[in-house]
Amino acid sequence: MNAAVFTTISSYAVPVIFIFILGFGMIKDVNVYDAFVEGAAEGITTIIKILPSLVGLMTAVGVFRASGALDYVVFILKPLASALGIPAGAMPLALLRPISGSASLALVADTLKVYGPDSYVGRVVSTMMGSTETIFYTLTVYFGSAGIKNIRYTLAAALIADFAGVVAASWICALVFGR
Amino acid sequence: MLNYIWTGMLAAGFIIGMLNGRLDEVTKAALSSAGRAVELAIGLLGIMCLWSGLMNIAEKSGLIRAIARIANPILGLLFPRIRKNRSALGAIVMNLAANFFGLGNAATPLGIRAMGELQKINGGSGTASDSMCMFLVLNTSAIQLIPTTVIALRNDAGSAAPSEITACVWAASVCATIVGILAVRIFSGLERANR
Repeated sequence: MNAAVFTTISSYAVPVIFIFILGFGMIKDVNVYDAFVEGAAEGITTIIKILPSLVGLMTAVGVFRASGALDYVVFILKPLASALGIPAGAMPLALLRPISGSASLALVADTLKVYGPDSYVGRVVSTMMGSTETIFYTLTVYFGSAGIKNIRYTLAAALIADFAGVVAASWICALVFGR
Repeated sequence: MLNYIWTGMLAAGFIIGMLNGRLDEVTKAALSSAGRAVELAIGLLGIMCLWSGLMNIAEKSGLIRAIARIANPILGLLFPRIRKNRSALGAIVMNLAANFFGLGNAATPLGIRAMGELQKINGGSGTASDSMCMFLVLNTSAIQLIPTTVIALRNDAGSAAPSEITACVWAASVCATIVGILAVRIFSGLERANR
């Protein structure tokens, strides 16, 4: 597939979705502006809720990076990363992403700052962050709510899917934007 | 889990920093990162409010219900045992639709309701049913229409085109979802063969 298709779709996505949602709301006779304001207030709650964990986790990531420890981790994972076609700089996120959402957020912010958001590594971590989920949290909450003790193969299947997402993110970004 | 990761990162950071003779940098990073977290939260605030507002319009106008209605027959194929059970399949579809629009707050109660319905069918057993496994793998790998948080992070980092990765995110999600569905099918087939 032509790489330009991807960038074109991406640049149309946000405006088209905006128009579509607003248009649908108008047709259905919703008070669009009131609904917007009501929803926007929820955004504040979301951010305030994550702020304390963000302070803790950004500090941990910052200390880990400044000490040189993160460079060692990247160095150790380099052979594995290159065997899979994943950039080594994105490996820490690939490992952390299924475990913690807020720690991943802190790590993505740090990685984007170090490598630049429009670099290959920056685009790969962005794509990974958007296309994968905090598996352990989701499984704990949902299985816990139903009182399930034996989750059978769910964790294995979810991790395989996550791994496919990580590899796909690296390959697709290389294809669309180049390395 | 996070308890160990957080402590481990901080302890490893301070000890390795000492061994590397980078204690000053480490201390500086510890103090400046806390401030940076607040800056980041403020940087994310605008975009998060914007999208939460837009997605509330999608919810209020019934767009999420409409999408769920379209997705219903397709998802029925993935849940052959509960295709006839409207309330279970309906809750699953609504959860996935809410996730699709990035409505995390709305998605979680719907997902818990879906698990409750599935557990009724499962007869209150402590072992997950195939439908539950399929639902959770779909839930953890499913597509998000607009990867809001990532766009906000990229915008905060000074990207020239924060949303340029949107189509890549969709493509990677589709890969993850397809592999996840196959994995569930293969694992459940293997378990049945071994029984």
